[in-house]
Amino acid sequence: MMFLLLFPLALALALPVMNDIITTMFNKKFMEELFKPQELYSKKALRTVYDRLAHASIMRLNQASMDKLYDLMTMAFKYQVLLCPRPKDILLVTFNHLDAIKDFIQDSPGILNQVDETFRQLIETYSCLSAGEFQLIRQTLLIFFQDMHIRVSIFLKDKVQNSNGRFVLPISGSVPWGTEVPGLIRMFNHNGDEVKRTEFTTDGNYVTPQREGSFDLYGDRVLKLGTNMYSVSRPVETHMSGSSKNLASHAKENTVPNPLAKEELNFLARLLGGLEIKTPGGSETGFRLNLFTTDEEEEHAALTRPEELSYKVVNIEATQEPGRRAELSRILGELEVAEPRPASSGKGEDLLALMDGL
Amino acid sequence: MYRKEKSIQLKSSSAALYNNLSVLRLPGRQLACFSAVHGPSVNVVSAAADGLGFSHRQLQAKEGGMAVSTSILTQAAWCVLPSRVLLVLTSQKGIQMYESDGSIMVYWHALDVTEHPPGTSSGVVLVFDIPPKGTNITVSEVLEQHRDAITDIAAELGQAPDGAGDLVTADDNGTLCVWSTGEEFTLVSKIPAFGEGRGTPNTSPWHVGLQLRREEVKHAPVSSCTCSSVKLWNGVVAAGYGNGQIRLYEAATGLLRAEVNAHARWIYALDLAPETGKLLSGAEDSFVHVWKLSRNLDTDDVKPLVRHRGHREGLTAQWKPSWAQSELPAACDPQSCPGLVEIEHCHAECVTDTQVCGARFCDSEGNSFAVTGYDLSEIFRYGRA
Repeated sequence: MMFLLLFPLALALALPVMNDIITTMFNKKFMEELFKPQELYSKKALRTVYDRLAHASIMRLNQASMDKLYDLMTMAFKYQVLLCPRPKDILLVTFNHLDAIKDFIQDSPGILNQVDETFRQLIETYSCLSAGEFQLIRQTLLIFFQDMHIRVSIFLKDKVQNSNGRFVLPISGSVPWGTEVPGLIRMFNHNGDEVKRTEFTTDGNYVTPQREGSFDLYGDRVLKLGTNMYSVSRPVETHMSGSSKNLASHAKENTVPNPLAKEELNFLARLLGGLEIKTPGGSETGFRLNLFTTDEEEEHAALTRPEELSYKVVNIEATQEPGRRAELSRILGELEVAEPRPASSGKGEDLLALMDGL
Repeated sequence: MYRKEKSIQLKSSSAALYNNLSVLRLPGRQLACFSAVHGPSVNVVSAAADGLGFSHRQLQAKEGGMAVSTSILTQAAWCVLPSRVLLVLTSQKGIQMYESDGSIMVYWHALDVTEHPPGTSSGVVLVFDIPPKGTNITVSEVLEQHRDAITDIAAELGQAPDGAGDLVTADDNGTLCVWSTGEEFTLVSKIPAFGEGRGTPNTSPWHVGLQLRREEVKHAPVSSCTCSSVKLWNGVVAAGYGNGQIRLYEAATGLLRAEVNAHARWIYALDLAPETGKLLSGAEDSFVHVWKLSRNLDTDDVKPLVRHRGHREGLTAQWKPSWAQSELPAACDPQSCPGLVEIEHCHAECVTDTQVCGARFCDSEGNSFAVTGYDLSEIFRYGRA
């Protein structure tokens, strides 16, 4: 069950450092571990796993940025779990995450196989569960997210979150698959014949759903939860510090019908906008991903973050494997295209030099 | 019409659990007590009738011997017995019974956790013998009719007709069992999950109702559906389901008497006001509804609205078990035929942006009720204007 909590992270980090993280995450041993029946993780334990995963790549997130990313991930996933039309739909949300992950790795058949294997395992393990068992899973996840009311700017702007941090619950739209639109009362006599029928009205304005989402390896999930996290190109920003400014001032509404792929690229662009490479002479080497506009802001955010929400960042220093070098080189090539930075000169040699120094 | 009244603040928020609000009325002392589970702890609040004074208490889930993680409470409820009132907490690890104010734990019943790993349950119902005072509490019986996790247990709130049973249990797969209590518990009727038993004709009485219903609603998806909350009143079982429906059954026979498309999402709570037959329902769709149940002795034998294919007598002969045919008289007399069970809608309340997880009437007439929801550190109160 816990891996449901991890996919959103993979999704967010997948782009800049996709193969590193996806390879780590969908590692056979790691997945086997996650599929074992187990108690709910503590928040600290999940955060540690998040940190390790994030640092399984060449990217180095400092605490404030990681905090911010973690807040965003947890609130977004809380929203998805909370608004699942029926409990079983948490599986569709997860399938949406995996579909998106697969989109990123179309060109890497090896990793694609790993993800498909996880997909099959998910279907095998979960498709036989009853509605009540899915509800128990959902309720357990909701216990995990209980009392987390971090405000997320994208949610506030979309009016899906209130200023007190609680999510807006719609009272219109499709009822869940298998549920009737409220309003009808039917009464039966001893023979089972319907003898009386009355109706009632409420403020709710519901319609019957057209079809059920697909629980197969491929198919239309119908459900949009889990696909549209970045479907509008807005700065991803949590409101912990109260002082952060938008990361991208040129953000615009996107009107492409299925905006996921494009918007993930926009998100990547924003992430890259904050990427810095420290000079070899510095005390620390490696990538830094900064989700804040300036270092001052970031430090401020770290200082103003409430104590109970602070975690120690676990730094995992990955050793450089020869096979990974080509991949790093390619990623660096993309970084070059996205935004030229003064510290890097030509074809990624600098980065590789840095990595070799680790 | 009901109007919102002063709400009660909780020390911590309510968890997403079925029936996660319990109300104890103490008429003598003009006091009401409320409890809602937060996770590893439960909030207990005593409120003066004038709504001014509150006293709070938090009880923790008791740890089993080798517990690594804190156990999560699954339910807190007051059990009002003739001689004493107990506050009972359940968790994965066991059952805790406290004096009604939560001051003293009088009994701890450990469940075998190794036998039931996380996420599993055996579906047994434990019957306890409770002495008028003291801690000599014993398990007197174990009822093993359910195959899935028990979601709710309800005792008769009104007057049980002869042979109707006086206790109903519900499970995660939608099966309901009606019991006759006493020195030993006997099963009166078993109402299977909606959607079970399709195909082979079953001789059980409740299948008459279900089979006929299916003729009409072929389009409805057939799958089992959790019954999250159940109530029993004057021989009528009121059950709330995960598909948002409320169904009324005859407790004695298990016959389906009414079906209400009540909520757009999973129902979490039902309550019934014994003196008026008012029914309260709360669901994840953020709505709370008030309904009214009644028996209309004159209208049971009226013509059906929907005629079935074929001759009616033919259908009767085909589906009704032989014993039922002899028992059901051609002309319904009020003794054997207790009349049409009616349900009407009285009030709808939208608790904005709240997935309701607990809803209870605060008085026996149903003139006031209390509501809480997931992630909410508050109990909202409503009273009749």
